[in-house]
This record gives sequence, structure tokens and C-alpha cells, in this order.
Amino acid sequence: MEFLTNGITQVTWQQILMWIIGGTLIYLAIAKELEPALLLPMGFGAILVNIPSSGVLNQTLQGIGEVQGIIDWLFEVGIEASEMMPLLLFIGIGAMIDFGPLLSNPRLLLFGAAAQFGIFATVTVATLLGFSLTDAAAIGIIGAADGPTSILVSQVLKSNFIGPIAVAAYSYMALVPIIQPFAIKICTTEKDRKIRMKYNPKSVSRMTRLLFPIVVTLIAGLVAPASISLVGFLMFGNLIRECGVLRSLSETAQKDLVNLITLLLGLTISASMKAEYFVTKETLLIMVLGLLAFVFDTIAGALFAKFLNLFLKEKINPMVGAAGISAFPMSSRVIQKMGLEADSQNHLLMHAVGANVSGQIASVIAGGVIIGLVPALLL
Amino acid sequence: MDIDVIKSLELMGMGMAAIFFVIIVIYAAVNLMLKWTSEK
Repeated sequence: MEFLTNGITQVTWQQILMWIIGGTLIYLAIAKELEPALLLPMGFGAILVNIPSSGVLNQTLQGIGEVQGIIDWLFEVGIEASEMMPLLLFIGIGAMIDFGPLLSNPRLLLFGAAAQFGIFATVTVATLLGFSLTDAAAIGIIGAADGPTSILVSQVLKSNFIGPIAVAAYSYMALVPIIQPFAIKICTTEKDRKIRMKYNPKSVSRMTRLLFPIVVTLIAGLVAPASISLVGFLMFGNLIRECGVLRSLSETAQKDLVNLITLLLGLTISASMKAEYFVTKETLLIMVLGLLAFVFDTIAGALFAKFLNLFLKEKINPMVGAAGISAFPMSSRVIQKMGLEADSQNHLLMHAVGANVSGQIASVIAGGVIIGLVPALLL
Repeated sequence: MDIDVIKSLELMGMGMAAIFFVIIVIYAAVNLMLKWTSEK
């Protein structure tokens, strides 16, 4: 009858800590509604994989040999082999995005680029703390403020910290309404935040909306070929949305595909949340670095807008620059709210949405650029 | 200075340059598309 007590006697304090972490993620998902679609499966998965001799992981059974566990299998097939899950998620994300506000005011594209600075600043800080370049790059990509990109890049770079990186990326995306106001107030004055912006959108033809995903794919593919799987799948999803003849597929991509992949991705990522890999001092450092990445992104976007204002007659509210991170639509809402707090007639939403969707394009390009550059720098 | 720190600074320079380059090309392309396809 010893087998009945094996589970209890084999449990370690690290596994119990992971149950608590899993429980905390479930609590945040349900009680605080922080990214519940991802944090709940991740939290439950963290408990599943940290039960001694858990059947969801690969096991070697005496007299039988190796038996495959479902979560290890999902990880091998869905993430390790081809990054299928995060990439398929991009089709759904692309189908959800309306690039209209960006296309009607294309200069907002620049803020998406500027706000990726946090990624690279964090990479440098991580190397200063002793992480290798590949791990530092994987940690820095938390600053893409884009969960699937973080998972994909950390997997391609074979980082040992996929679990903590995914947890940090999704947690901080949910905490954008707290992080961004703090970071914006560090680098802007009350006067900056009161700057009003006229909204005179250019009319956007259907042809432009149709051509945009194809042109972006070609440009990104030719200049940064490593980004093509990320950019291509995002833009493919957007083409399904904009073509107008695949309404049912577009709806499926936006709802069923995203829901299904999100559900499986959360559980699958928990394969990298085994206590022996997760309960380390590096995990704590990664959580701090992830927070820094979001702060750096926000400050870089705002400062870039202030820099452009030196040359512009019609000033840009620096908070719109801060919306250049990929966390959509949380960041746009934060900027609209802060604009109204500074001046009750200051409506920045449409400008912020444009910068925010630009951040979605720039963050996947940043992911591809890192995948392309890091191996070259290691030579 | 540690070699990884130097490489991370190189990554910062090349990475930001690459992102801005791609975005500026997209910006130019979008402006051309808006001009060529504007509905009169």
C-alpha cells in the first residue's frame, strides 16, 4: 500500500511553492480579471505539472518504459517543434486588428518603433546582471508587450526561462493600467499631458486596407526575413478580415481560433513551470526585468514624441508616443483616461489607438529582428 | 566590460536601426498607397 502515500512523501517545498504560485495566478485571473484567458490555464497547469510523478509529464515506468504525458507532448508539438501555437494565435490577432486609425494618420507608425527601445535597454541590463546574450534577449522581449512574441522568441533562442518570461509578459500586459501612468508621469509634465491634438483623419480606401497587409509582409520579409513568420501570420489574419469575402473565416479566427489556441497555450506553457526550473533567483530577476522593460518602453515612446515636438508646428501629446507599445487596447485606454484627467476636453483615444496598433506591428518586427541578429552576434 | 554587455549594446544599435528602417519604409509605402488609391 506504499504507492498510496508516494505522492505525499515525494512532494518538495518547491512544488508546494509552485502550487501557491499557480493558485495566485488563478486568483488574479478570477478575482482581478487580469488576462484570465491565459493566467487561469497557466495557473492550473502550474499545479498539474508540479504534482510528484505527474501523469501530464513524460514518465519512465518500471517494466514499461517511457510514457508520454499530454502537457510535455503539447509543448513538443505545439511550441518546440514549430512554434505553431503562438503563430496560429497571430492569425486571430491580425483578424481582430483594425488598422484604420493608423492608416488614416500614418506618422503614428513611428511611435511603434520608438516604444520597442525598452526591449533592447532591458537586454543590456540583463547582460549586466550576468545573463547570457540569448537569455537576456529572450528576457528583453517581454518589452514587446506581446505574449505570443515573447513565447516564440524565447523558444527560438532556446532560453531556459520560457515559463517565467511568459508569466511576466502576460502579467505585466494586464498591469499596463498601473505601470504606464507611473512611467508617463516620470517623464512628462502636466503641460505635456494637456497638449490637445486635432483629429483630421485621411480617408482610407478599401484598396489601401487590402494592400496594407500584403505590402507590410513584403517589406518586413525582404528587410528582416526572420520576422516573416510573425509578421506574415499577423498580416494574413488581417487580410482575412479586410478582404470582405471571408466573413465567416474572419469571425472564426477572431473568436474560436483565438479562444482554442489561448486555452491550449496557457496549459502548454505550464510545461516550463516545473519547480526545478521555476523556483530560482533568476525567476525573480526576470519579473523585475520584465517590469523595467515596460517602463523603458513607455518612457522611450513619450520621449520620442517630445523629441519630434522640437520640429513640429502641431505638437504631439507625448502620452500618445507611450501608446506605441503592443498592449492593445489597454494602453490606448490608459492614454485616453490620462488625457481626460489632465484636461476634460482632451480626447486622445483615436491617436492612441493608431500608435497602439503600430506597436503591434513593430513588436513582431522587433521579435524577428532579435531572432535574426542574436545568432549573428554569437558567431 | 563583459563581452555579452558589448554585444547587447551592438544589438540595441542594430536592432533599433532595423526596426526604424522597416517602419519608415512601411510609412512611405502607406503614404504612396493613400495617394494612389484615394477616392475622389
